[in-house]
Amino acid sequence: MKNVGATGAVALVAGSLFGAGLVLGGMTMPSKVRGFLDFTGSWDPTLVFVMGGAVVVHFFAYRLIRGRAHPVLAERFQLPSRKDLDVRLILGAALFGVGWGLGGFCPGPAITSMLSGSASVFVFLAAMLGSSFLVGRREARTSAGGATPAPRTVSKSS
Amino acid sequence: MLRGLGGGVLIGASASLMLIVAGRVTGISGMLNGLMAPAESGERLWRILFLGGLVVGALVASRLLPGAFSDRMPSLALAFVAGVLVGVGTRIGNGCTSGHGVCGISRLSIRSLVATLTFIATGGLAVLALRGLAGLS
Repeated sequence: MKNVGATGAVALVAGSLFGAGLVLGGMTMPSKVRGFLDFTGSWDPTLVFVMGGAVVVHFFAYRLIRGRAHPVLAERFQLPSRKDLDVRLILGAALFGVGWGLGGFCPGPAITSMLSGSASVFVFLAAMLGSSFLVGRREARTSAGGATPAPRTVSKSS
Repeated sequence: MLRGLGGGVLIGASASLMLIVAGRVTGISGMLNGLMAPAESGERLWRILFLGGLVVGALVASRLLPGAFSDRMPSLALAFVAGVLVGVGTRIGNGCTSGHGVCGISRLSIRSLVATLTFIATGGLAVLALRGLAGLS
């Protein structure tokens, strides 16, 4: 990968915009997220505006950007191309949704909410990262004989 | 609502910036998972800096808009269970609200659309169950 420094600097700026957007949109407050998911109760539509605003901006930007031969600082676009629906996608999304509803956090707001210093945020993050790591490691082992054996140096996790 | 829209525009701008500069999907769970796998250092740096920026941007914004982090999760046990479900679900489902909900839907990806409708539906059920449990106790 070339342009490591410049790409990193842009990532820092983009990350800051994203983090500010999460706070402005109220997504760091689990009650807002649960309010959105509470369809039969006192429904809070804020998240529709957050997701809607983001999709509208990115929908048009995507169309403009994909007209380029390559990204400004990279040789090619690295975007998902799959179109098939499989059990993993739906099962994964279903499990994620339950966790999202129970905790009121998806990964981004969980990270920014470390700023609250609340113990429950750190428990959530540790459980999220730990479980994802374990599933990822198990899958890498299962697929080790498959088409894309990833060379892996498994470090001891605590 | 205006705040929600403003937040959304910032998030959309962030994803667009990453796309035009690095050609990447702005998926938070994908970045975290990318950091757990072996990769060359340049592939790590942008992810670390994006996630660091996330905290910096949130810190600045929360100074201007106090109360952003005033919420608490009800219990540590619930936080743990929710964290495990989010970790496992985003890993096997290949994305979260940012990767599927924002970037994928903007690309009109059928997988992301189905994933987003699925996690909103099961999230709704989870909140309904929580409310039922709270009503019982």
